[in-house]
Amino acid sequence: MTSPAATSTVIRARVNGRDVEMLVPVRLTVADLLRERLGLTGTKVSCEMQVCGACTVLMDGDPISSCTALACDLDGAEVLTVEGLARGRDLHPVQEAFMAANALQCGFCTPGFIMMAVALLDACPDAGPEEIREWMDGNLCRCTGYAPIETAVTLAASRLAAAAVEDGQ
Amino acid sequence: MTAVPRSDGWEKVTGRARYAVDAVLPNMAHAAVVRSERAHARITSIDRAEAEAAPGVIAVVTADDLGHLVRRFGHIVPDHAILADGKVRYYGEPVTVVVAETPHQAADAAELVWVEYEDLPALTDAATALASDVFIHEQSYAEPGQEFLGVAPAASADNVAHRAELVWGDAEAALASAATVVETTAAFPIVYGYAMETYNALADWQPGALHVVSTAQHPLMVRNELARMFSLPLAAVRVEVPYIGGGYGSKSYTKLEPLAAAASWASGRPVKVTTDVEAAMYTTRADGALVTVRTGFDADARICARDIDIRFDTGAYADNSPLVLTKSINRSFGPYRMPNLRVRGVAAYTNTSPASSYRGFGAPQAALAGELNMDMAADRLGIDPVELRRRNLLAPGDTIIEGKRPLDADLVADLDAIVAALDRPAPTHAHAPAHVADSASAADPASAPTAVPVRDAAPQPGTLRGRAVAVTASDAGASPISTAQVRMHADGSVTLLVSSTEMGQGSRTALAQIAALELCVPIEAVAVGQSDTRFTPFEWTTGASRTTTVVGLAVQAACADLWDNLRARAADSVGVPVEDVRVSNGLIHAGNGALTSAEVIRRWFGADAGEVVGVGVIRRDGATAVLPPFWEIGAVGVEVSVDEATGEVTVEHLVTVGDVGCAVNPHLVKGQDLGAATQGLGIALWEEMIYDGEQLANPNLVEYRVPRLRDTPRRITSVLAERGDGAGPYGAKGAGEGALNPVPAAVAAAVGRAVGVWPTELPLTPPRVWELLQQAKQ
Repeated sequence: MTSPAATSTVIRARVNGRDVEMLVPVRLTVADLLRERLGLTGTKVSCEMQVCGACTVLMDGDPISSCTALACDLDGAEVLTVEGLARGRDLHPVQEAFMAANALQCGFCTPGFIMMAVALLDACPDAGPEEIREWMDGNLCRCTGYAPIETAVTLAASRLAAAAVEDGQ
Repeated sequence: MTAVPRSDGWEKVTGRARYAVDAVLPNMAHAAVVRSERAHARITSIDRAEAEAAPGVIAVVTADDLGHLVRRFGHIVPDHAILADGKVRYYGEPVTVVVAETPHQAADAAELVWVEYEDLPALTDAATALASDVFIHEQSYAEPGQEFLGVAPAASADNVAHRAELVWGDAEAALASAATVVETTAAFPIVYGYAMETYNALADWQPGALHVVSTAQHPLMVRNELARMFSLPLAAVRVEVPYIGGGYGSKSYTKLEPLAAAASWASGRPVKVTTDVEAAMYTTRADGALVTVRTGFDADARICARDIDIRFDTGAYADNSPLVLTKSINRSFGPYRMPNLRVRGVAAYTNTSPASSYRGFGAPQAALAGELNMDMAADRLGIDPVELRRRNLLAPGDTIIEGKRPLDADLVADLDAIVAALDRPAPTHAHAPAHVADSASAADPASAPTAVPVRDAAPQPGTLRGRAVAVTASDAGASPISTAQVRMHADGSVTLLVSSTEMGQGSRTALAQIAALELCVPIEAVAVGQSDTRFTPFEWTTGASRTTTVVGLAVQAACADLWDNLRARAADSVGVPVEDVRVSNGLIHAGNGALTSAEVIRRWFGADAGEVVGVGVIRRDGATAVLPPFWEIGAVGVEVSVDEATGEVTVEHLVTVGDVGCAVNPHLVKGQDLGAATQGLGIALWEEMIYDGEQLANPNLVEYRVPRLRDTPRRITSVLAERGDGAGPYGAKGAGEGALNPVPAAVAAAVGRAVGVWPTELPLTPPRVWELLQQAKQ
């Protein structure tokens, strides 16, 4: 019999600044592409129904659930995962804030939360408490009780704002 | 002590932390599990020819293919079939496992396995199962001498997984002569722990050796079961546990490891088995419970007796539920003076997903009825519910259960701290980043509370307000059997070896803090790795909130042993008797000079090389001679508002008191308290696995709703009570489960007070609360 996996397509995409060209089965998810083909296991999969946000990555700057997005739809797109945030040894301010605010325990939800927070602060640099609560409500955490995560995103927002002032923006 | 940053922060924010689900072995194959589509049925045939012929398939494995392997596991009751053996006992039970080159190929082929069933009556709730003459297990699994912590399998084949009781005095007579008797019955839902990394295991069988990487909280327990399954020596079984993506007790004991190991043995390949959320819900959930409490009070509102019935819905296999039941009984009557007591518990087999440990371990189930009962009694007696508790709470040093450790906590002080926090007006600053700028904890009385975040706390029109407190004490810490090893290197830095699993609680950080303090080295000089039964020393479990206390003591003992060994080497090198070698302020004084630890090592080896090792062992002796190692306290207060139009409950204020003796790392303790309390709020308000037929009705995170960020309490006060009254290092006691245990009860009582009708079941979803509101109008 013919397996549906026999149908594959070639995609060209840019993942964390690296150009990739791959033959992918059309049913392969972005999460599986990242984790199994590219070895980027920082992206985590949990609910597989767009409820938990653990698999959040940025596609052309927008947050997507990589567990339910298809790899074939990445053709021509730019993807940013948690592995692509740091500049060498320098962490992204959101990553620093999660460490400073003790906003993680088991860490399984952390990459998804961080990517969502990066998306929020890119889209809305002066995000206040209500924006933060609205954007972050799509990510689940079972360990922390969320308050430290809210604190971390608030902290990252204020640090980014302070840095923007310093840069004279 | 010190809120040092987590040692795993960098790994976890950069995505570099390695979890079991990320593990890969050379030539690894993938498994898909064919699961039962019946709740209770005989398997009449399994047709696998099509699956075997499918692309990429390596093996299709059923129970009949397991050869000489022991086909059932279970550390208390060996009732758990690795693959359904002639019969399925719940919807979702593994029947066949398909091994293929890729996950897609395995999943495709699993669709081509055809299983025929002959239906049996499905007993999907405890009452039905206990009344039925249809047996889910047709045999007893008892073998002579077999027991686990004093719990033995039932000798009869009926639908009872376990029965236990705790009795003293004459509860019946005391209730008959009591001035007031108050009865409460409450149903605790079947809940799913939802650790975000769902169960997974990677197994590599080779002749005479088995290597497993899995999400196991207790790798040494899993090693036992796998060794028995394959008739291998313990040393031949290696269980490796990297970071765990959440545990909360739901990953205790053995889960998917036998299935992965059997698949590897059958296929000759390393095999990875994963679960989606639905399959995880079919792997383990917590015991649902129906609990009835009758409390008798004398004319002074002092308790004269309690009579408690606990009925668990334990699902198709016993797993750890017999032990959860015995603990639930111990934790059911509250930390109150109890002249007469009778608690009877039964855990019923049902044709549902198997139940086992989950954070709180029987305490939340029993506390729901028990603490709600105290609030109902207070109303009946016309006494403030806090005052009623104060009048009945045990004092430090009092006996809770004869022969066990006396109470090592000041519960009245904890209660006072809750009330003070609930009464304190909300700070005016909104959204204080308290987890960054944490205030230091004071000694007794409980430290100044920290409030985060504050939002609109003013009562709104159309809402009703209610407030309640609840207190629990759990015999925690599990068996005090623990081993730690510290290896000091030639530069004085230290590798700490323990088999505690890091599932987010921060054990690697807290244990490193203890080692650094004991050895007078900076925290950066202590490395702690993952548990790996080939290399790390014996550890009973990572559960029962035990690690800082019990493993912490083992680390202290290992450090003391290391100092002894350093002294001996210094004596040897300098040429003085060891009795003349002293240690002070981290320096070793031998002869006329003082040497650092590193200097002692280098001098003794005669090179910039070598290492000195210390081993610490904890058993039922010394500080941990009397069980439990500590009583874990749960002490919370909540204020809720109820929307009269919709029945929606909002938690306005949550107060937790972490009565931990000494917070080795205050950030970690507060993290545990808020996380545990939030899971308690989930049970109180949203979480429930619904069996309205043979099949789980809500096997996903859309329909099984867990707390979200916008559900968090409007105000949170986290208090640490550090009175140095624990048996652990520096007077520490455990945290982790305590703050969950009383939360469902406190929320139920607070909603009852707001609405004017006491709830009888959780979760308090808007439809249920709306029903209560209608009852209140009648």
